[in-house]
Amino acid sequence: MDRGPRLEIRRLTRRHVGPLDLSLAPGECVTLSGPSGAGKTLLLRALADLDPRQGRVLLDGVSSRDTEPHLWRRRVGMLPAESAWWKDTVREHFKHPDKAETERLGLPPEVMGWTVSRLSTGERQRLALLRLLEIGPRALLLDEPTANLDPAGTLRVERLLSDYMARHGACCLWITHDPAQVSRVSRRHLILWGGTLREAPGPEHAEGPS
Amino acid sequence: MSVIPLSFLDLLTAACLVAGLAGLTVLMHLGLGRSILTAALRTTVQLLLVGLVLETLFSHAHPLLLLAMALVMLGVAAREIMQRQHRRFSGWWGFGTGAVSMLLSSFSVAVLALVVMVGVEPWYAPRYAIPLLGMLLGNTMNGIALGLDRLTATAWREARVIEARLLLGCTWPEAVRDIQRESVRAGLIPVVNAMAVAGLVSLPGMMTGQILAGSPPLEAVKYQILIMFLIATGTGLGTLAAVRLGARRLFDDRHRLRLDRLRA
Repeated sequence: MDRGPRLEIRRLTRRHVGPLDLSLAPGECVTLSGPSGAGKTLLLRALADLDPRQGRVLLDGVSSRDTEPHLWRRRVGMLPAESAWWKDTVREHFKHPDKAETERLGLPPEVMGWTVSRLSTGERQRLALLRLLEIGPRALLLDEPTANLDPAGTLRVERLLSDYMARHGACCLWITHDPAQVSRVSRRHLILWGGTLREAPGPEHAEGPS
Repeated sequence: MSVIPLSFLDLLTAACLVAGLAGLTVLMHLGLGRSILTAALRTTVQLLLVGLVLETLFSHAHPLLLLAMALVMLGVAAREIMQRQHRRFSGWWGFGTGAVSMLLSSFSVAVLALVVMVGVEPWYAPRYAIPLLGMLLGNTMNGIALGLDRLTATAWREARVIEARLLLGCTWPEAVRDIQRESVRAGLIPVVNAMAVAGLVSLPGMMTGQILAGSPPLEAVKYQILIMFLIATGTGLGTLAAVRLGARRLFDDRHRLRLDRLRA
């Protein structure tokens, strides 16, 4: 495995955020918090190239500008806080539904045949994560992926993500407001405040200045 | 052909009918009296002015005059399309999307019809060119306005779904394929319906006009069929072009959904 950074952000600037510099190693998970409206989601959107921005973002040394946009988003996969569904049934949103992974997240095996309208918010959130992992991103941008889950569901998601990152060497930028989760999933914790990133001295400062 | 000329008294009698209708709405407190009278007055003035313009055009069949008239019609139609949009493209695109699409569809179909099918000499003879272009523009304008309105309104409402598809690695055409399809359908359904019921539910206006002007009904029917086909083709091509142009404009070169290019 190469030793260079997986995801590298250089002087990234967009409205309300930046300029920011950050680099994530293969397999590394960095958590991100900050007060509401600080621009955490805007930062993830800029990294996924969903909004115009200045500066450079590189994946394995290749700039987003040198990558076709749809390929970039497959490699730098973002999970929005609210998932969106457009077909009637769950299965229609998946290319190759993985029964084992579905069960690992505590979802019943028959969930793929369900209509989307009968899913709870937590079920949608877990299925949206599976749908994203199916395309095999090398960097993950997660916007509060366990916000609507009970403690058991939260742990399941954390374990699944940890295995995925270990297996694929994927890095992860994870927005969370839960100090316990910060200490469980990451060694490095960042706070977005006033448009700039600060490294928190320890996981106990998860909520940052407010 | 024998046209029975209408006298001033005939028109005055018809005007009295409208005035009577306005009076009736006033008595019923419908608050429509002034609107009806204003609209009737506008119809009279606008049509008289067009009549004068056409008289002049017909007597001086100069291609430049005809071109000027055609461009004015195009401009008015493009402006109308822009004003019918609930959320239209900002800047030049608001006007340009409709104008370019109509130029591609209505104008080319009209020229084709004049040169190949009607075969009038010269092909730009205003007596044929202006009414034909007018009918094509009017109908194409409706299709384009409906198609574009559906496209922009749905993109605005379904932004989260479109972005979710982009985030899963779709290209922009993949992300809005179903919305484009629905928008083209919305633009085309009225003209398809009009073809399906032509002659059964209503007699189309042009054919009625020709019959009133003394044409044999079968000749009028042949013209009407030709016009229907031209309108369907013009509307279809125009709507396809406008929806395709509009969908492209919704995204930038990095395939980002750019709703900031729309204005309410």
